[in-house]
Amino acid sequence: MREELLAIVERNSRIDLKELAVILGAEEIDVVNELEAMEKEGIICGYHTMIDWEKTSIEKVSALIEVRVTPQRGQGFDNIAERIYKYPEVTSVYLISGGYDLLVTLEGKSLKEISGFVSDKLSTLDSVLSTATHFILKKYKDHGTILAKKYEDTREKVTP
Amino acid sequence: MRDLLSRQAVNLKPSGIRKFFDIVSEMEDALSLGVGEPDFDTPWHIRDEGIYSLEKGRTFYTSNSGLKELREEICHYMKRKQGVTYDPLHEVLITVGGSEAIDIGLRAVINPGDEVLIPQPSFVSYEPCAIMAGGVPVIIELKAENEFRLTAKELEDAITDRTKILILPFPNNPTGAIMERKDLEEIAEVIRRHDILVMSDEIYAELTYKEKHVSIVEIEGMQERTILINGFSKAYAMTGWRLGYACGPRVILEQMVKLHQFAIMCAPTTSQYAAVEALRNGDPDVLEMRTAYNQRRRYLMHAFQEMGLECFEPFGAFYVFPCIKEFGMTSEEFANRFLEEEKVAVVPGTAFGDCGEGYLRISYAYSLDNLKLAIGKLADFVERLRAEKK
Repeated sequence: MREELLAIVERNSRIDLKELAVILGAEEIDVVNELEAMEKEGIICGYHTMIDWEKTSIEKVSALIEVRVTPQRGQGFDNIAERIYKYPEVTSVYLISGGYDLLVTLEGKSLKEISGFVSDKLSTLDSVLSTATHFILKKYKDHGTILAKKYEDTREKVTP
Repeated sequence: MRDLLSRQAVNLKPSGIRKFFDIVSEMEDALSLGVGEPDFDTPWHIRDEGIYSLEKGRTFYTSNSGLKELREEICHYMKRKQGVTYDPLHEVLITVGGSEAIDIGLRAVINPGDEVLIPQPSFVSYEPCAIMAGGVPVIIELKAENEFRLTAKELEDAITDRTKILILPFPNNPTGAIMERKDLEEIAEVIRRHDILVMSDEIYAELTYKEKHVSIVEIEGMQERTILINGFSKAYAMTGWRLGYACGPRVILEQMVKLHQFAIMCAPTTSQYAAVEALRNGDPDVLEMRTAYNQRRRYLMHAFQEMGLECFEPFGAFYVFPCIKEFGMTSEEFANRFLEEEKVAVVPGTAFGDCGEGYLRISYAYSLDNLKLAIGKLADFVERLRAEKK
């Protein structure tokens, strides 16, 4: 059941538990137990809401920042990653293979705020060698959801 | 002009679905549960192959039987899924949808007066195609108490010395019924004893929700007397690409290739390239869609139970076939009133044969949200009808 359950709640974490049980062909209590178990095991780490901020009047700017760092003896990249992810404006931190080491995503109110964060906080960290900031201009698809277009049913209404 | 039209064509009954379609299409804001095709878009990697083939200039006819590459992939698929072997050179033909295969398959084997056994309720094309091929359709009325499966007894009773071929439409549109191995073994015995042919329309083979689909060709002595029909429309959500195929004995396929060659030339080239990709890398997509259909199927069965609407549990295709006999209306009356009062289209069971009377076909090729909306309206309607009766 786990795989199917996860696939559903990944797309819709607000689904009614009774309905979830029906479509999985399971008992509601088993579904609840399974969800709780997966929360405890850290498989389910949270239930978030996807928001297209573009459609609101709230100004938001996001950026991807490539960071090159010097790994520390005995700690590898973990220490420096922690120093970065503790900032609340940082939304994600990934260790990356290839030309740079960490990919940091950042959300701020304005370009100025983000550039300020990069120059004041990120670049000044001891082990950071260099950064490259890419501002996001438009989100077409996020978390598997296409933001640019709405689904439209173009089928004939009745077919054999 | 005297005698302008073919009497046989004129005498064909128009499809019952067409009639209903005309009513529905006049209503702008009608919800529909009447669609016989997947709601998913064709998976992107398959569309991408189609586009790529156009870019490369693959814009010519293929051989009459279809791309050799595709026929080989179909043989691999049949081996992988059904465990049977077909020769890609002589025993596979790519057609324009499963529908063309039904038509030319019947025309390839029917002589005037041959009887064609057609279990109903079933897809709308079998009967007219049998008639246009010069055959005599003999209807076998499937029963709700058998979960709309074909039984050996029903088959035996319908066979005469003029019987030529049995059409075997499972998983079934419109009932959602399936035939399991034991059901097939029972009818196969009758088929072998009377030495008749089978046309097995397995277009919904990938959409079963119990055990994996069993084909009649897996049963001993059946492959050599069966025209197996399948296609890409339902499994890979490729209805608009118009691509199906037939597998069968070389002697029959040779005649089908001739008819196909003179009428069609070859199936659409772009679609054939896309289909190769579907067979090679489409299994995960099929699994994902099947899982979604199954969730909706469970939701519907539960909803019917809650509203006390009688319905056997179907394990195939993407249809449910609830019984509405309790309301004392014909299927058509029910569907018309439901459309008028709640603006939801469902297809009357009678569109698939007279014995569909008292039933509705409800398709679950819709998102759960859409289903919920429409089924809520059905629950209201059913409640109102029951109140009226009191």
